[in-house]
Amino acid sequence: MTQLIWNGLFVGSFYALVALGYSMVYGIIKLLNFAHGDLYMLGAFVGFAILGAVGGVSPSMALPLLLVVLLATMVVTGLAGVALERIAYRPLRRAPRLSLLITAVGASFALEYGMRAVAGADPQVYPVRLGGTSMEFLGARLTLQQLVLMGVAVVLMIALNLLVTRTREGRAMRAIALDPRTSALMGINVNSVISRTFFVGSALAGAAGVMAGAYYGKIDFMMGFLIGLKAFTAAVIGGIGNIPGTMLGGLLLGLLESFGTYWLGGEWRDVFAFGVLILFLTVRPTGLLGERVTERV
Amino acid sequence: MSTTKVRRLGTDKPPTRVSRMMQNKWAGVAGLLIALLAPFVNATPYALSVMTSAAIFVMLAAGLNIVVGYCGLLDLGYVAFFAVGAYTSGVLSTRFDLPLLVTVPAVIVVTVIAGIVIGAPTLRLRSDYLAIVTLGFGEIIRITANNLDVTGGPSGIYGIPHLVGSPVIFYYVTVVVVSLAVLGAARLGRSRLGRAWRFVREDEDAAEAMGVHTYRVKLAAYIAGAVWGGLAGVLFASQLSAISPGSFTFLQSALVLMAVVLGGMGSMPGVVIGAVVISILPEILRGLADYRFLLFGILLIIVMLLRPQGLWPARSKEVS
Repeated sequence: MTQLIWNGLFVGSFYALVALGYSMVYGIIKLLNFAHGDLYMLGAFVGFAILGAVGGVSPSMALPLLLVVLLATMVVTGLAGVALERIAYRPLRRAPRLSLLITAVGASFALEYGMRAVAGADPQVYPVRLGGTSMEFLGARLTLQQLVLMGVAVVLMIALNLLVTRTREGRAMRAIALDPRTSALMGINVNSVISRTFFVGSALAGAAGVMAGAYYGKIDFMMGFLIGLKAFTAAVIGGIGNIPGTMLGGLLLGLLESFGTYWLGGEWRDVFAFGVLILFLTVRPTGLLGERVTERV
Repeated sequence: MSTTKVRRLGTDKPPTRVSRMMQNKWAGVAGLLIALLAPFVNATPYALSVMTSAAIFVMLAAGLNIVVGYCGLLDLGYVAFFAVGAYTSGVLSTRFDLPLLVTVPAVIVVTVIAGIVIGAPTLRLRSDYLAIVTLGFGEIIRITANNLDVTGGPSGIYGIPHLVGSPVIFYYVTVVVVSLAVLGAARLGRSRLGRAWRFVREDEDAAEAMGVHTYRVKLAAYIAGAVWGGLAGVLFASQLSAISPGSFTFLQSALVLMAVVLGGMGSMPGVVIGAVVISILPEILRGLADYRFLLFGILLIIVMLLRPQGLWPARSKEVS
């Protein structure tokens, strides 16, 4: 039982980290960035490439090295996110919504199969593996590495929350989310704030990618597809566009999956998650912490 | 809000010679003639199977065009209906030794139900939600088929009876069925319901204000698309006589969407050409196998950036 909760929270913190980028981008320009899951995949591969370039690592140095790689990867995926917005999304900001969504699908495809062309179709084995000693905690088995990864996720989430609620930058983001035109009149550089939002969101996805690579040990070019869907589900459960809600949604989805897998068997895990998504959209489309928004005409 | 909707889908530019040719009512007849004469040019088993697959793909694209092109609802799991049709007819025909034709009514009923199940809860929401829910739905169908015993699990169903024995005759049957389907979809698009669909696509709020029951209209588009997809699934099951979950991945959905977008959303002749191009191109580009989908993705972005109305756009007749 405790084991299930623990597993759920652990997977949930990955989901939450990826979902935050989704949620931020959606909150600010109302775009579902389908390519977001692929930025997570990109992060895993960038981390893989950096670790490969560094060469052999002694197990004692694995964790500090991984943290450095994590930061470097966040910068790379963040820039990739900015580039994506610049090339594919910005020119279409005034176009019909459908065009924008289709562009996002195209971007997702380009990232997936671009990576396949670069790195090959076979799964790659991560050079740094955080296996290791497990300990007992309230009847559940957990490893130090799990704790550290979760700690990193929590730190990133807190930092993000501070950024959005306490800084000028965060205030600008929230202003644009409310009304981009008025924000522009008030002297906010809307384009550059949107760029920075993409940077932050994509960097978080990249961090999650590296952590997943180090934890699961295997990465492949399609790994972003499913997690993109899951992250969206998490965002919807918590309330898309709402930062604390999204974190809650991620953890909740992790828990739901953990228990669902226990009851129904592992092969139904994804079906269960999407079932929850459809259920949520039917019953409470604004999510647990989302406010009821009336669409203005 | 209204000022942001500057670019509409199509109808903006005056017709060029090529697009006027596309609108010609004889274009469809010419296309059908080409399809009917093709086996006289090349009737090797390989060519026939490619052409039959292309025809089935055209039917899929025609169905998705109803949903995305006419009504503006992005469906990213369209292949789910294709799978539902193929599996329904496959399971019924192999379990109860029924001829495929007898399973068709059941397929229609099941796909209508599938369309309602997924459309009813989500069509009230913003269209972006629908996109991702359909994506999830596609995965649900595929994983379910992969896990159930009745669907044969990962190895799927084999020994599905052929609709007709000879591949050539089956090709002709397919062409006729697909032509009827395309014609039906095109006529639906011009009907009263079709006008309501386009109205909803252009401005849902205005449509609602003018008394169009947008929810019911969208659900109708969704169900029509589901039935088209399901019937294409029956043809597919009959062509290969074996189906497995591997045939119904997101990649397939994305390719059908690609055909619709490339051809021009809402333009039936364009979509047919788009579907033929998308299904034949991989056969020609075999050498580029690894880069094919990368190119598809980039092409999707470029088309949206440069020609959001597609390569062969629809031209509305009701705008002055």
